Amino acid sequence: MDAALRELSYAQAIQEAMAIAMDMDERVFLMGEDIGVYGGAFQVTGDLVERYGTDRVIDTPISELGGAGVAVGAAVTGMRPIFEFQFSDFATLGMEQIVNQAAKMRFMLGGEVSVPVVMRFPAGSGTGAAAQHSQSLEAWLGHVPGLKVIQPATPHDAKGMLLAAIADPDPVMIFEHKLLYKMKGHVPEGHYTVPIGKAEIRREGRDLTIVATSIMVQKALDAAAALEGEGIDIEVVDLRTIRPIDGQTVIDSVKKTSRLLCVYEAVKTLGIGAEVSAMVAESEAFDYLDAPIVRLGGAETPIPYNPDLEKATVPQVPDIIAAARDLVKGVR
Amino acid sequence: MAGASKAAVVDSRANLPFVYRQYSPEQLREVLHKMYLIRRFEEGAEECYTRGLIHGTMHLSIGQEASAMGICMPLAADDQITSTHRGHGHCIAKGAEVSRMFAEFFGKTTGYCKGRGGSMHIADVAKGNLGANGIVAGGIPIAVGAALSSKMMKTGKVVVSFFGDGANNEGAFHEALNMAAIWKLPVIFVCENNGYGMSTSTARSTAVKNIAERAAAYSMPGVIVNGNIFSEVAEASFKAVERARAGEGPTLIESKTYRHRGHSKSDRNRYRTKEEIEDWMANRDPITLFETELRDFGFIDDQGIQAIRDAVAKEIADGIEFAKASPAPEIATLQNYVYTEQA
Repeated sequence: MDAALRELSYAQAIQEAMAIAMDMDERVFLMGEDIGVYGGAFQVTGDLVERYGTDRVIDTPISELGGAGVAVGAAVTGMRPIFEFQFSDFATLGMEQIVNQAAKMRFMLGGEVSVPVVMRFPAGSGTGAAAQHSQSLEAWLGHVPGLKVIQPATPHDAKGMLLAAIADPDPVMIFEHKLLYKMKGHVPEGHYTVPIGKAEIRREGRDLTIVATSIMVQKALDAAAALEGEGIDIEVVDLRTIRPIDGQTVIDSVKKTSRLLCVYEAVKTLGIGAEVSAMVAESEAFDYLDAPIVRLGGAETPIPYNPDLEKATVPQVPDIIAAARDLVKGVR
Repeated sequence: MAGASKAAVVDSRANLPFVYRQYSPEQLREVLHKMYLIRRFEEGAEECYTRGLIHGTMHLSIGQEASAMGICMPLAADDQITSTHRGHGHCIAKGAEVSRMFAEFFGKTTGYCKGRGGSMHIADVAKGNLGANGIVAGGIPIAVGAALSSKMMKTGKVVVSFFGDGANNEGAFHEALNMAAIWKLPVIFVCENNGYGMSTSTARSTAVKNIAERAAAYSMPGVIVNGNIFSEVAEASFKAVERARAGEGPTLIESKTYRHRGHSKSDRNRYRTKEEIEDWMANRDPITLFETELRDFGFIDDQGIQAIRDAVAKEIADGIEFAKASPAPEIATLQNYVYTEQA
């Protein structure tokens, strides 16, 4: 196949990034539950254990707290671990090591150490896994200075941002939406990085800025395409990183379009949409606004099992279309 | 000490406890020096705190000096430790300078953590101390990770994780011990059991009588030592280090000891009797025990002891002066060290 057109799934892109990193740097290794012969709960590590052996693709016991701490300790002492939480929900079991140790160690020790650990979190709803295997907890970690938190939305970015994360001297948390794992897209061969902390404009438009994260980027693009026929021209900003957040790209976009809609899957209240809204409200873009800022986020409920209820919990394309149309037509 | 009697001492060493056979008289006198340094450092820090020169809080290990020194005795310079909120002794035992420790407590830029960590996060990375920890059991998995690095990078380093009796009921303790055992990592788990997790006694908090018994659950040796007898601690540590270095895996050492002071500066001491504390102080003080042994065995005389005490007093006074004279961090540097500075 023509290399320029090569397509990989999001999961394959992540796997390729890990393989490239392990080829380039012997300090890089993988840890996690069932990431070896099982291939990972979502087959992201796949057959890497056959290529790199059990010394570098390490199945851990079901010990998220201890496992995260081992990864932190290895990172502080010269290795480059990539730790997979089987589900992002299990971050709750490892919070102590993530929040109190990984995020703060460099600071507490006055810059004497760095913590180059990468933690991967399969996240989000839509798989029928119900309340304890479907959450979007990225804003929890985004609240912690010392961490970097990224949410790649495409296979291209998944590979490039993971490679950037592995090269990063600080702890990087990657939230990977599980429904994106099968998404296909162009992924260049070989090593490349996509910078952490830089948003990307996925679609240019004049009438409304939609700031979306993760799986909501594609949904926003679908909504924008649908509204094209109505003469509504939408700009879609893929935030990509929630810490450090790229406020300038958002502010510049809102200055151009004068309207802002934030779309994210996590529970709406106290989430990333609140932060983006406040950043815009505090900036010079406030004077450009022609309409109130609107947030579309997850419902104030745990993720339910029933598939119709589950879908209703998080923003879907028709919800985005309706909110965008209302905003542009001045209904809100 | 006269030349003739010194030779006699050396000849009779075969019957003495472990450390007197294993280490030179100079090394042992240095241990006494360090034990005094730990004691006086903490007394000095306490006094500075009482006088309002140090803010926050601190957890003193007075009474536990033999444990810190005994465990660190067989460690090489580049071996590593993780420590606890009661970690001043570990830090000094691993080679830290008291002047930079005082500077840290005073919040100064010359402190080991540039004034960002204070007592509870005291560290000396260059000497292998990866840091004290404010989270009970927080350092245990990190030590296992450091030991994994040692194994993967084949550095030969041994890692010691210090923690207290309170930590043995944290999940992190169990998860970390299990992983160290299944992967046969060069790590030594050192539980300094001073009888109380803050106010709650081990009898009330812990299902096993001895924390070392927990080792059986993770198929590693569990060793109980009298943490107030330097030689006993050092001997157990020596064996554990040999085992770790040989790739045979981890050891759990329970060092039974006692803290003379309260848990922290907020302690009103309502959970221990005066008699209990006085008994430990009068009859089982680790420095008195070691000093008496050294003298009885002829490794030091009263003059030598006084010289050590005088030297330590000067080091402490100089350290406090250094801390006082050191610059405070600029407010403008507040956000330094949150992330690694990149060119």
